[in-house]
Amino acid sequence: MPDSAVLDIMTPTVEGQGAPDPLAARLGALPDGGVTAPARADALSRLRAMGLPRPRDEYWRYTDPAPFTAATPAAQPVDPAAGDPPLFSDLDRLRIVFVDGRFDAQASDDLSMSGVSILPLSQAQAQPGHWVGAAYGQLEQAGQTPVARPFAALNTASATDGVVVHVTGRAEKPVQILYRRSGDAADVVCHHVLRLDAGAELTLLENGLVGARGNLLIEADLAPGAQLHHVAALRAGNPRVSLTHLFARLASGSTLKSFTLSVDGAHMRSEAVLDMAGDDVVAHVAGAMLGDGSQVHHDDTVWVTHGGLRGESRQVFKKVLKNGATGVFQGKILVRPGAQKTDGYQISQALLLDEASQFLAKPELEIYADDVKCSHGSTTGALDETALFYLRSRGVPRERAVVLLVLSFVADALAEIEDERLRDRIGERLEDWLTARASGVAG
Amino acid sequence: MAALDMPEIEVREGVDRETVETVANMGSYKYGWETEIEMEYAPKGVSEDIVRLISQRNEEPEWMTEWRLTAFRRWQTMVEPRWAMLNYPDIDYQDQYYYARPKSMSVKPKSLDEVDPKLLATYEKLGIPLKEQAILAGIEGAEGAPAEGRRVAVDAVFDSVSLGTTFQDELAKAGVIFCSISEAIRKHPDLVRKYLGSVVPQSDNYFATLNSAVFSDGSFVYIPPGVRCPMELSTYFRINAENTGQFERTLIIADKGSYVSYLEGCTAPKRDVAQLHAAVVEIVVLEDAEVKYSTVQNWYPGDEEGKGGIYNFVTKRADCREARAKVMWTQVETGSAITWKYPSCILRGEGSQGEFYSIAIANNAQQADTGTKMIHLGRNTRSRIVSKGISAGRAQNTYRGLVTMHPRATDSRNYTQCDSLLIGDKCGAHTVPYIEVKNTSSRVEHEATTSKVDEDQLFYCRARGMDEEEAVALVVNGFCRDVLQALPMEFAMEAQSLVAISLEGSVG
Repeated sequence: MPDSAVLDIMTPTVEGQGAPDPLAARLGALPDGGVTAPARADALSRLRAMGLPRPRDEYWRYTDPAPFTAATPAAQPVDPAAGDPPLFSDLDRLRIVFVDGRFDAQASDDLSMSGVSILPLSQAQAQPGHWVGAAYGQLEQAGQTPVARPFAALNTASATDGVVVHVTGRAEKPVQILYRRSGDAADVVCHHVLRLDAGAELTLLENGLVGARGNLLIEADLAPGAQLHHVAALRAGNPRVSLTHLFARLASGSTLKSFTLSVDGAHMRSEAVLDMAGDDVVAHVAGAMLGDGSQVHHDDTVWVTHGGLRGESRQVFKKVLKNGATGVFQGKILVRPGAQKTDGYQISQALLLDEASQFLAKPELEIYADDVKCSHGSTTGALDETALFYLRSRGVPRERAVVLLVLSFVADALAEIEDERLRDRIGERLEDWLTARASGVAG
Repeated sequence: MAALDMPEIEVREGVDRETVETVANMGSYKYGWETEIEMEYAPKGVSEDIVRLISQRNEEPEWMTEWRLTAFRRWQTMVEPRWAMLNYPDIDYQDQYYYARPKSMSVKPKSLDEVDPKLLATYEKLGIPLKEQAILAGIEGAEGAPAEGRRVAVDAVFDSVSLGTTFQDELAKAGVIFCSISEAIRKHPDLVRKYLGSVVPQSDNYFATLNSAVFSDGSFVYIPPGVRCPMELSTYFRINAENTGQFERTLIIADKGSYVSYLEGCTAPKRDVAQLHAAVVEIVVLEDAEVKYSTVQNWYPGDEEGKGGIYNFVTKRADCREARAKVMWTQVETGSAITWKYPSCILRGEGSQGEFYSIAIANNAQQADTGTKMIHLGRNTRSRIVSKGISAGRAQNTYRGLVTMHPRATDSRNYTQCDSLLIGDKCGAHTVPYIEVKNTSSRVEHEATTSKVDEDQLFYCRARGMDEEEAVALVVNGFCRDVLQALPMEFAMEAQSLVAISLEGSVG
């Protein structure tokens, strides 16, 4: 369909007469996609057909899409003193650096590693016949039904760069995607494509400063028996606007474990869309989030589809909110007809450290098979005064006691990180943050 | 499991012949027969003229007619909500009757004794006592229940009109007003004017707005301050006319320190064409008052293929307007082809309490999207939700609920438990809770599980000589126990047998 025709359908329904098309303003000039060009054009048509979300949309009930739809992000000054976060710096890993959403060869490590072939998207798409042409945007497109995810289509259409990883065996060390920024008002759109062959294993780390507004997307296609471990930590102290999507397709016997740590920030939404197509799939998504201040709005939106037999899924999300922060959880377990012996579990919990903070949750189950075990739970409340009293009566100062109780609250989410070293790093990171802010908590 | 096949019906010991025959004749729905009686209809469709006509038939004052017309004009600007997990063909609102009454009711009978015997026989057949001297011996299926001294006042609504209300004089001695809403509009206009639409505003939602325009009858209850209603009150709704929607309106006001237990039952004949039912129930609970509202909803569910049945779009809401007010909703939803129903509590008064106990059973092609809203506005408010959903056949059953703790609702608490049970692999069970917590001293807990009927429990029952259906009924009754216990006794008995009957044919 020619673009103008699609736009004609869009214009009257979105803003009425005379108003500028918000989508056109949001898109700007699209990059030359090389072998991904057809997929990008498809994504653009999808996006035009679905339009950008509006505040009344059910899927955006608890998160205002406006900061994501605004034509340009609010400028956010770069702190020249801030270096790379030290979180994973002492681990033996292969580092791939993106500055303002573009691959930086100089800053990155040598991309060759046994069992893995890695290329930046900008280079892979320029190679005629590269496999990424066929894979790019496929899982994103599949993840658009039954609920539209327009920002994911926007990402596919407009991503400037990303990493293309083909894992054929067992990666000898973790691959780290490290984000850096140089400008005040960078709009960063990165699209990563991961392909894991049968039995392949990869640990993917993601951290750093993305930009004033980030739109990050991962597509992960796991062949039978493949294993992907993903640990992401987005940088603290940064009033960022960020959207992330993880689309995964899981063939029989494959395993995906993804954990995200989020500290502060401004307006964030993290979506995971997991298609457990094969039998005996294991899929865990977890997140720990600490938010301090009324500008913090953090949304975890998860959609897990059980399509095969004996699938095991877990969603574990913990949010600690203070000084007016808002936490959102929208989780879904969909069990398709025939997906018998499914074991689905979902827990979302919020700890509200003061009266101003709030937690909004919609934990959903949709089940079309009878021989399944699915449960979900959601709790919201304040710190347990009895536990606090217990610790204080044993000589633990109040501030320290609060830190300990908060750490124990998020422990279940951290336990989802399989690699002990990574788990410890994240735990230390959390403790540092809590200790630094404990005086505010204890007030 | 051959969930879709109707197994041969075996006569079990202790099941009376009539029941067996009725079941054999019409599947498992016992109330599918029709009363042959001459009816009067308003012209088909809905318009301002029809709204005026309904108002005129009820001999309403001008303000009431205007109130209806405002609602009707509003309704015309609204769009039917389609967010529920319900799949049904478009409803043609102009292709049905909005008012139907038995011809014999055109002259209002002075008492129930003057009502057409055919109508009275209808209620007798349904097991609803309309004679005051009759002590309720238990609603059908409850024979043998200890029923000494329990009396129930009944308002009998047949299609668009109330036939009459029992025990009115005795209730009046206690100061309790129990009558049809049409009578209340005529005799107690001040009370009606003050409270009608104060819980569910005219513009609340598409179906409530339609109801506000065209409601034809329903029940009105006023319990004066400090009065404990001397008997249980109940309304029995019967749809009989074909192609006719029923739009009833119930308004219950429990003044300071009063108490009432109210029961609602409903059935309809078996027909091939779906029929619309859009009711509104408003409950106002003042300081220290308590209202128990129990429903056994057993509208015709349609046949196994999903042909016919009632489309049930109901708005029920209680407003705990003052301190320590308490409301308890209990519902057993076994009927209707489509159920769209969310009895809610607005917990405004400090220390007020709301409870919701629900069993929703969907079999064959039934679809139910039901749940509750607990809106905590006042300090130290409490709510509790226990929902048990059972799906069988090809049915879809959804729990949809909202718990919201407003910033001022400090020190409040909610506990929610929703469990779903699936019988067979062609049905669906869904849970869609919304949880909004906007203060920290409140505690909200939500738990949900979905499972199938436990094989070990079934095996245990079967090893003791029960057949599969009996065993499932027993396990399901155990699953529902928390809710069944919350029902008044007569209803608990009926509900228990309904749970078994609704699931008949779901195992084989």
